[in-house]
Amino acid sequence: MTKISVKVDGALYSDDVEPRTLLVHYLRERLGKVGTVVGCDTSNCGACTVHVDGRSVKSCNMLAVQADGHEVTTIEGLATNGELHPMQKAFSECHALQCGYCTPGMIMQAIDLVSENPNASEAEIREGMEGNLCRCTGYHNIVKAVQQGAAATAQAASTTGGQS
Amino acid sequence: MIPAAFDYVAPNTVDEALAALAQSGDDAKVLGGGQSLLPVLRMRLNAPEKVVDLSRIESLRGISEDADALVIGAMTTHHEVANSELVRTHAAVLAEAASTVADPQIRHRGTLGGALVHADPAGDLGAPILALDAELVVVGPGGERRIPAGEFFVDLFQTAVGDDELLTAIRIPKHTGWGGAYEKFVRVSHQWSIVAVAAVVDSSGDRRSAKVGLTNMGSTPLRAPATEAALAEGASVAEAAARAAEGTNPPSDLNGDSEYRAHLATVLTRRALERAMGG
Amino acid sequence: MTVNPEVVEHLIEDSVDVDTSDDLGGREVGRARVRKEDYRLITGRTKWTDNIQLPGMLHLAMVRSPYAHARITSIDVSAAKTSSGVVAVLTGADVADEQGSLPTAWPIVPDQKAPPHPAIAVDHVAFAGEIVAVVAARSAAEARDAAELVDVDYEELPPVLDLKEAEKDTVLAHPDLGTNKSAFWQFDSAAAGTGGSVDEAIEAARRDGIVIEREYRQQRLIPAFMEPRSTVVDPTGEQFVMWSATQVPHILRLMLALTLGVPESKVRVIAPDVGGGFGGKLQVTPEEVITFLVARRVGKPCKWTETRSESLLSAHHGRDQWQRLTLAATKEGRVTALKVDLLADMGAYLGLVTPGVPILGAFMFNAIYKFPAYQFNCTNLFTNKTWTDAYRGAGRPEATYAIERLMDELAVEVGVDPLEIREMNWIKHEEFPFTSVCGLEYDSGNYEAATARAKELFGYDALRAEQKQRREAGDSVLLGIGVSTFTEMCGLAPSRVLGSLSYGAGGWETASIRMLPTGKVEVVTGTSPHGQGHETAWSQIVADRLGVPFEDVEVLHGDTQVSARGLDTYGSRSLVVGGEAVLLAADKVVEKAKPIAAHLLEANVDDVHFEKGHFRVKGTDHGISIGEVSLAVFSSHNLPDGVEPSLDADATFDPINFSFPHGTHLCAVEVDTETGKTSIRSYVSVDDIGNIVNPLIVEGQMHGGIVQGVAQALWEEAVYDDQGTLVSGSFVDYTLPTAADTISFVTDNTVSPSTTNTLGTKGVGEAGCIASTPAVVNAVVDAVRHLGIDDIRMPCTPERVWKAIQSAGAHAGEATEQAQEHFAPGEPNQDTTTAPATGDQS
Repeated sequence: MTKISVKVDGALYSDDVEPRTLLVHYLRERLGKVGTVVGCDTSNCGACTVHVDGRSVKSCNMLAVQADGHEVTTIEGLATNGELHPMQKAFSECHALQCGYCTPGMIMQAIDLVSENPNASEAEIREGMEGNLCRCTGYHNIVKAVQQGAAATAQAASTTGGQS
Repeated sequence: MIPAAFDYVAPNTVDEALAALAQSGDDAKVLGGGQSLLPVLRMRLNAPEKVVDLSRIESLRGISEDADALVIGAMTTHHEVANSELVRTHAAVLAEAASTVADPQIRHRGTLGGALVHADPAGDLGAPILALDAELVVVGPGGERRIPAGEFFVDLFQTAVGDDELLTAIRIPKHTGWGGAYEKFVRVSHQWSIVAVAAVVDSSGDRRSAKVGLTNMGSTPLRAPATEAALAEGASVAEAAARAAEGTNPPSDLNGDSEYRAHLATVLTRRALERAMGG
Repeated sequence: MTVNPEVVEHLIEDSVDVDTSDDLGGREVGRARVRKEDYRLITGRTKWTDNIQLPGMLHLAMVRSPYAHARITSIDVSAAKTSSGVVAVLTGADVADEQGSLPTAWPIVPDQKAPPHPAIAVDHVAFAGEIVAVVAARSAAEARDAAELVDVDYEELPPVLDLKEAEKDTVLAHPDLGTNKSAFWQFDSAAAGTGGSVDEAIEAARRDGIVIEREYRQQRLIPAFMEPRSTVVDPTGEQFVMWSATQVPHILRLMLALTLGVPESKVRVIAPDVGGGFGGKLQVTPEEVITFLVARRVGKPCKWTETRSESLLSAHHGRDQWQRLTLAATKEGRVTALKVDLLADMGAYLGLVTPGVPILGAFMFNAIYKFPAYQFNCTNLFTNKTWTDAYRGAGRPEATYAIERLMDELAVEVGVDPLEIREMNWIKHEEFPFTSVCGLEYDSGNYEAATARAKELFGYDALRAEQKQRREAGDSVLLGIGVSTFTEMCGLAPSRVLGSLSYGAGGWETASIRMLPTGKVEVVTGTSPHGQGHETAWSQIVADRLGVPFEDVEVLHGDTQVSARGLDTYGSRSLVVGGEAVLLAADKVVEKAKPIAAHLLEANVDDVHFEKGHFRVKGTDHGISIGEVSLAVFSSHNLPDGVEPSLDADATFDPINFSFPHGTHLCAVEVDTETGKTSIRSYVSVDDIGNIVNPLIVEGQMHGGIVQGVAQALWEEAVYDDQGTLVSGSFVDYTLPTAADTISFVTDNTVSPSTTNTLGTKGVGEAGCIASTPAVVNAVVDAVRHLGIDDIRMPCTPERVWKAIQSAGAHAGEATEQAQEHFAPGEPNQDTTTAPATGDQS
């Protein structure tokens, strides 16, 4: 067992974990963060995408012990004061999800993409989402949602004067 | 799936890491960014007794200049390499190749050193490293040594780095102003390269200066000596590119047989050269 | 219990404002409602089966055969049993007396042959991935650790992997069966009295017409739903409770009872949030049976969740057919007969509807066309591979692919545009209802309208001009245009028809409506959505029918304790059959409420009418809302004599016919002749799916379906090596497309309402997937046809396309001759100099 200390969705956790525990299993099974899901075993599908220190990573491709001392944000930590993140809203409004299994990972990656490239073109969005597989939507509405979410994020940032 | 159990150490210095490796010999695996190692462990294709995590060793990160060389710490991520002004200026083809590795999430954690030591012939970083005549800095119990890129890759998943050694940095002779292009061919975008070609051409666009690296055309990343020699002797890009697969032994798999790969290498070499020359 | 009527009335008052500010006049049906389901999905509050944690729950790991065909000579579980945390290790021998044989619901012929299908193999394994033992342990990691310690000795047997080899019966997938042939099934229009003799028509065409003979391959595919399968069984209550990532909780419950001999009443099945299915979760799986058996044995809740590799290996696959086709036509291009000879790969076992999948295609090879004669022969064969079963479209994509590829070949033979040859043969809109050569009655459709709209959106003529220009310029990137005009039979299904096809169940669907005292409404449906948005669409239907706000309707599903009856979700049936049941139940509520409303209004029942949620006395503004009636029924203080104090209603709908969505899909591709890589340039679909309940959901279904169909055309294939090992066994090698590989589509609709259900809907779940595959392959072949290529096997990988071009080039002389024949007389052959005459249809 290895002792780790990790901040997840704003709360601090100290735990003993087996070194072989994947971050996604730690999130799901120890912390009950079941919003983050596992879709593959080769790090292709991206369903498990979370943010570590503000950047998107695949939590099935990282050990929990590697998160020691770091800050993790999951889909469950996006909404602030009950207000959905603009990207969450955009996914719903654009019907960018059907079964919804890939959705948490898609949203987390979309937020990362937009934070790096707020004015991404359709082609850049498609490239930027290449690490996330969806079997339902054909990606058409996901691309639309990322565009809408980007615009809404920019607007939210400008109206609050904050930095996203 | 869940990896088999292992012991875990996360040393803070290179010396501590070397000590951990010395204890375990070949029962230990070094964890860089983990983006190739983790799937291997999860599928239980490998079950090391110990995993040595390098992520706490600050000295292994970062990109700097050392006179005529660009020095990239082994634990520098693909994302950092791809977006580094220094790399774009002095080793543009490497920045481009790094930007094509897997997907954004993988590039946020995967490291240049980790990918090179993993030595998957379909990996995207060996070819540019070869084309740029990089040197790989390796430390071990006997101290530091520098391995020319051409001697670094030994075989499938095998490098010149010993079980008790660590790759600490990649030194790249500055190719300031050189044109570079990485032409990667895949069926779907998240795939490993079926074939890819890295080409660099000096700032005057003189094709005789061209150096060409090949991805997934054999058990290791390769240079394309016949192409380079033909160009040096004044052959046209098309003529020279047609010789890109000479001396290679490309694999056959679901994405294409060796004949097809040999053909792809010629097409991609031509395209990479043309683009590197500013075409 | 006390109820404050004022509070309740306030709730009702609050909720009767229906927005009438748009051109739908306040109607919900037709509105692009954002889905109710979304909130939990975008916030990570979803209930996936794998999320479930129960006190004392054990985790299962399966031990699977690495061999495609072998006898099990011994299994040593001693090391596994003493591994940390292990509670039980069971082999096939341990459960031989209780595991039964996994069910097949569709014996297509009375003498259908099938091997017994134990959940855990006892002494013989017939595909790589078949389960030979199971470990139950405290944690998933410990279960996997112990599974690695189970030591199985196998005696390898020769596997039969190839369909054509299997047909020879020289190597047997199941030696005890004595043959690889499971069944032979035929439809012949002359015998059925629905058309003429194919053999005579083909003979005639050989003398004086056109005969096209082709062989097409439907490669093996993997449904690859995103949520891996997962099952939890809790044996600790009066009922066994099973949660499972399934499309078919009702069928699963029944089949568990039949397979294991457990009283059906002792089993409750719950399909919580389910992450996609595409037919892949239309199954009763060994893993579900095993989880049940282990939980029963150890008396503790048990969970099994598969890994992706396990899923690709062992969840059922789809397609996998050889299609031998003979099309006869007049010289002008009027089809006179079609003969189809299929070899269909069952894989190692028969799943729930495996044998029937090709039969679902049997009625669709004639598609939208008026064929005078038709014969379909299908041989179902066993091989030592993962068993196949339904995958999005199930039979119909195979049929559509074959005929739409053939129609292109016929167009080339005749020398006309592919759309022209289709128009020459299709059913005109004024000819509906039309009885097809298979005896199906197509109730409505308008192929002309959909095609005209698609051509307009696509810019067909401009693209043809560009294609010609590129060829003339010797461009290394060629343009290809592909056409697919398809129909499908949806809304599975009229029970009588299913009976005539020997299917083991009916095709009805059930709904219940529960009127709550506060005027809110619960709708219980027998369908079982896993991404389709039933909660939203059913709410829209009920909101209109009962005149209550969309938000006041709650849709319940997927739990046999809540939804006692149902036949679940597959075959584009949910809206057409299940939606109609919902509508009928709502109408029954109104019927029940009406006399009560009249009583409360002190009016004659004949003077009361129902509109927009209110019962009103004709000619007055005197009225009462249905919510108020519901409250009155709850209190029951003042009801007419003899009236049942309940507004709740059930309805079960059994359709009298299938529905027949159709559409025209046009695809432009660019083929890089240097690498062989195909890129989709543009894609237009115009579908007639009847009336639309929610356009947002419909578009989404189309997009997703199109990409799955494109993926069959270009990217996906389950490949086995010659030992029977699945080579494409992870997402590294089973190459699903990403956002970066696809494009944005143009989708539109024409509408000719179905006549067989009140809403006039036809179903949309499978349309995109059925239509797009031939559109894309037709486009790829169209791009390179002038080089002498008339077919490329799916998936049209860069390597296959490049090799086709190389080998056409190597036979340049022959190719020129062939190509010359393909186009109108007088046109010089292209060889990249001139476009075919077919290109200029402006």
